Amino acid sequence: MKLYCLSNDAAKPCFVLSFKELLIMLDCGLSAHSVLNFLPLPPVPSTRLASLPNYTPPHLNDPLLEGELKECCGRVFVDSIPEFCPPLDKVVDFSQLDVILISNYTCMMALPFITEDTGFKGQVYATEPTLQIGRFYLEELAEWVSGGAGGAGGAGAARRWKELLHVLPAPLALAARPRSWRRLFSAAALSRALARVRVVGYDERVDVYGALDATAVSSGFCLGSANWVLRSAHEKVAYVSGSSTLTTHPRPINQAALRGADVLILAALTQTPAHNPDHMLGDLCVHATVTLRAGGSVLCPVYPSGVLYDLLECLSAHLDTAGLAGVPLYVVSPVADSSLAYSNILAEWVSVGKQARVYLPEEPFPHAALVRAGRLKHARSLHDDAFSADFRQPCVVFCGHPSLRFGAAVHLVELWASNPAHAIIFTEPDFPYLDALAPFQPLAMKAFHCPIDTSLNYSQANKLVRELRPRELALPEQYAAAPGGAAPRPHIAADVPTVLLRRGAARALGARRSMARATLSGALAARVAPRDVRAGLRAAPLQAALRVRDRRVSLDVAPPAAPGAPRPQAPRLDCSAPDVDALVHALGREGMPDARVERSADGCILHLPRHDTLVHVERHATHVFCQGDAAVRQALRRAITSCLPHV
Amino acid sequence: MPDIKITPLGAGQDVGRSCILLSMGGKNIMLDCGMHMGYNDERRFPDFSYIVPEGPITSQIDCVIISHFHLDHCGALPYMSEMVGYTGPIYMTHPTKAIAPILLEDMRKVAVERKGESNFFTSQMIKDCIKKVTAVTLHQSVMVDNELEIKAYYAGHVLGAAMFWIRVGSQSVVYTGDYNMTPDRHLGAAWIDKCRPDLLITESTYATTIRDSKRCRERDFLKKVHECVEKGGKVLIPVFALGRAQELCILLETYWERMNLKYPVYFALGLTEKANNYYKMFITWTNQKIRKTFVQRNMFDFKHIKPFDKSYIDNPGAMVVFATPGMLHAGLSLNIFKKWAPYEQNMVIMPGFCVQGTVGHKILNGAKKVEFENRQVVEVKMAVEYMSFSAHADAKGIMQLIQYCEPKNVLLVHGEAQKMEFLKDKIEKEFKINCYMPANGETCTINTPTKIPIDVSLRLLKAEAVRYNAQPPDPKRRRVVNGILCVRDNRLSLLDIDEMCDEIGINRHIIRFTSTVRFEDAGPSVKTAEKLKTLLSEKLEGWTITISEANISVESVLIKVEGDEDNTKNIYVSWTNQDEDLGSYILGLLQSMVQ
Repeated sequence: MKLYCLSNDAAKPCFVLSFKELLIMLDCGLSAHSVLNFLPLPPVPSTRLASLPNYTPPHLNDPLLEGELKECCGRVFVDSIPEFCPPLDKVVDFSQLDVILISNYTCMMALPFITEDTGFKGQVYATEPTLQIGRFYLEELAEWVSGGAGGAGGAGAARRWKELLHVLPAPLALAARPRSWRRLFSAAALSRALARVRVVGYDERVDVYGALDATAVSSGFCLGSANWVLRSAHEKVAYVSGSSTLTTHPRPINQAALRGADVLILAALTQTPAHNPDHMLGDLCVHATVTLRAGGSVLCPVYPSGVLYDLLECLSAHLDTAGLAGVPLYVVSPVADSSLAYSNILAEWVSVGKQARVYLPEEPFPHAALVRAGRLKHARSLHDDAFSADFRQPCVVFCGHPSLRFGAAVHLVELWASNPAHAIIFTEPDFPYLDALAPFQPLAMKAFHCPIDTSLNYSQANKLVRELRPRELALPEQYAAAPGGAAPRPHIAADVPTVLLRRGAARALGARRSMARATLSGALAARVAPRDVRAGLRAAPLQAALRVRDRRVSLDVAPPAAPGAPRPQAPRLDCSAPDVDALVHALGREGMPDARVERSADGCILHLPRHDTLVHVERHATHVFCQGDAAVRQALRRAITSCLPHV
Repeated sequence: MPDIKITPLGAGQDVGRSCILLSMGGKNIMLDCGMHMGYNDERRFPDFSYIVPEGPITSQIDCVIISHFHLDHCGALPYMSEMVGYTGPIYMTHPTKAIAPILLEDMRKVAVERKGESNFFTSQMIKDCIKKVTAVTLHQSVMVDNELEIKAYYAGHVLGAAMFWIRVGSQSVVYTGDYNMTPDRHLGAAWIDKCRPDLLITESTYATTIRDSKRCRERDFLKKVHECVEKGGKVLIPVFALGRAQELCILLETYWERMNLKYPVYFALGLTEKANNYYKMFITWTNQKIRKTFVQRNMFDFKHIKPFDKSYIDNPGAMVVFATPGMLHAGLSLNIFKKWAPYEQNMVIMPGFCVQGTVGHKILNGAKKVEFENRQVVEVKMAVEYMSFSAHADAKGIMQLIQYCEPKNVLLVHGEAQKMEFLKDKIEKEFKINCYMPANGETCTINTPTKIPIDVSLRLLKAEAVRYNAQPPDPKRRRVVNGILCVRDNRLSLLDIDEMCDEIGINRHIIRFTSTVRFEDAGPSVKTAEKLKTLLSEKLEGWTITISEANISVESVLIKVEGDEDNTKNIYVSWTNQDEDLGSYILGLLQSMVQ
């Protein structure tokens, strides 16, 4: 069993497990940190962005670099269509992958990079909400990135700067392997990739080419989020990614299914271990109330699903009690309507409390009622006619993208940046908020950082590992204790063998296979008569016809051998040397009474001069040297076997 | 030989009151727990005293599985759990769990309040009963206990209808409940994978019918309704609140829209909105098209269909009314029927199956006069039409399902004996498998082959695979493994002999035979060995023969050539006792070659 790590970003993992001659990809996260090095793509042309000064590295005159870099408040940005950092493609040949298992929609964004135009022929499995919400995320991303008005001249792909990293200032100079960054896939590739996904339910056993069962079990992190358990008759691998032990809207985590694994692979822990999500939610409500009271508006750059549902529920309730029930809430996204509608038909995937509402029948999430009451409005984009006509301030706007590099949020920040009454509140943990805001500096509007990441934090994860008792643990190296000398950081500490992985690494895991499960037919079982070898253990030699179908092994009665052709026999397990006196007797019975016995230190030699035969009897072996006469040899065989204790 | 025992307490050569007892591998499972609509006495519920004449029933039943929310499949559940006293696990899908209590309550009201029956379960009992239910999702594999596993498949019949696959050890059964193999306007078609169960228990309501195309039936239905209202007649469509009603509503709604008709269409229920809400919440259980479009337009928001009020019964002029219940056995639909039946211009369309004993059944059989309990006699002059919209699989669908899941035996329930007989013949002929159709209370025993799980040493399998793969491919070639069967704590394993020795900590005693053959052959011994190898390769096809210098090995048989140049060679053949066959064969070959 071997594990490869293809992703740099522990929160957007991508592993490949090779096991039982299968290559199984676990998640395919797309790291989007790279987009922070690019200039924002405003949905409507922005004069400010367009008029940013060009940047040229000192003492360098490279005409090819012309116009690729711009400077804003002392920071250098690439003026181009943003690029992403997909999983490493040189370590594992994607065309050889058998299965991709996706744990949740935040960890599947690189799917088209893996399945399209790579010769990929395998299966992709995800739960239904993962597929649907993942589709929303991907479609939104594709639309935002392609829908930029090109205000920042980024029509072409800037490439030259990647050759000149050494002369560029930080943080651009520290960009990790920008040459492997890729432009986002086309909408066609995206829909082809999503069409490959096969939908599974929680606790559904998916048969992976007869070799093992893969089961998605609830992970409690978001709608349809799953941990995967790979099980064969003797081995169990648990992949825990994006799990939460907190109570929010999704079904709670199923820990029982993860217990006692041979290998536990742990990924996608919280990205903001220092922030408690409950406190952050409270802070967010307070900041929003204060801003709204003062007549300002609030912008929350969010993804179109996930924590958004909790935000809508909590914030609307909080505003009601604060006497701000009249403040409209807007969700702006190309998939806003689908996402809001969709969340309310996922009764089977929500927490018990929400599920109970469905039985009434009422929608599990309150945002359906908010929409009906006209409190919550959604729009495809900012310049929707209905939306613009309806837009009132002060208000709360939820829109993407959290990186502030594309999407409606770019325009709103541009619009509101100079007004100190407004506020922007960051809730998504994926991007450092100061980096996200860098191209909009100088900024007068208030900026708050209230990251809400419900994934396991380190103490929860440590507790989980202790409870699950795996025999071996595999982690991205970021989660291990800081290497000697560095400042200590929160980490996973377990008293089981731990394998650390970094991008591009391949590590062997300990689980050794020695047995395979098969079925024995009743007819064959009736034929064998096991004898006691010792207390509690019985054994018998067995010859069986082997049938392997769909990699399932069955044993049945072996057909009689074709006459004339030799065939190996079921082995006989002889336990100790024959008793020499008994052997002499037995030989006598077989018509060979003239055995001469010579005893020595480690055995004895029987000589049968009439048949020109020698029998060496030692402790662990009996060796018969005889002439070619078959009748004599058979007689010898009978004599020896008759006085050998055996199974 | 382990076997599977099935005893229908209801639905054996009968429709209504589905309740089937299944026992296999020491587990007893009750499939559905329905009531009979045609009876008002104790025959209405399954005979639970069959399970245990007296005493607690819980210890006799490991779990109850409900396939869908129709009362002939779940109607007796509160009776069983609250009045008979069953406290074990009950399984059904989420929509069934949501909707069943509403239909149960509906039925309870009709039975208690209108018919004045006593000794019936109460509202509280229904609530308590549903609380005990474990909801399952599609394809989720649920371990009821360590040995009993169940899994639901989509059945399409009504919202939330499921087929169940049940496994104990190596034995498995699929119970279909009611299912539909053709997608309709709001539900998809039943689906199952090739799970090859030992037994398939399938419904056979439409065992002999091959229904004409869905489209024809729909056109026919719309034509009849349209003709009737055009003449000023009233159309009564008795339906159950959830299920067919929604499909027909979608049908009429789109037709009214297209034809721009103004005749009022009523849906006679306080339930309508609630019912449609269930459809909205559980839209993942409807068909692909509705799921795709629900964000833009919800198919269950009707424009032309309005709620009905009792006062509308006597309104003049044409109208179409959907009323519950579906078999005209009680309630509003029966009231409307009594009022409208005597007039020729009116029409009643029965869109589904009616069990024996109901008014629906009587008029469908051509009764011109119907007598009621209070001696009231109603003349039936209105047109009576039967249109099969109940979403059951027809003969073709049943055969299709059998083909999908490849069962080793089939058992028919939920149908009429005569029709079953016909289908039974057909299944036995076409698939060459046994087919059974027990009557109520009759036990059917099905033998299944024994399969014992065993762990096989990988070393053994790999060695075999190496040998097998070294040979030219031949699908007919037998594969054989030799090993030692080991029994410990009732667990079996097949080990390689050396592993076995390690395992039990003994040294194996090996017996080896060595024979010498003299051979006159000039030249170096290596040359002689090569000659021998060629000869052996010819004779021993399919065996691995390797040679290094003057040593040849045929699998584990060793052959060694010794001797000086230009001299007699000694050929030693050596093999272990186990390889006696091969060893003596090779020795024989060499001896004959020398002579």
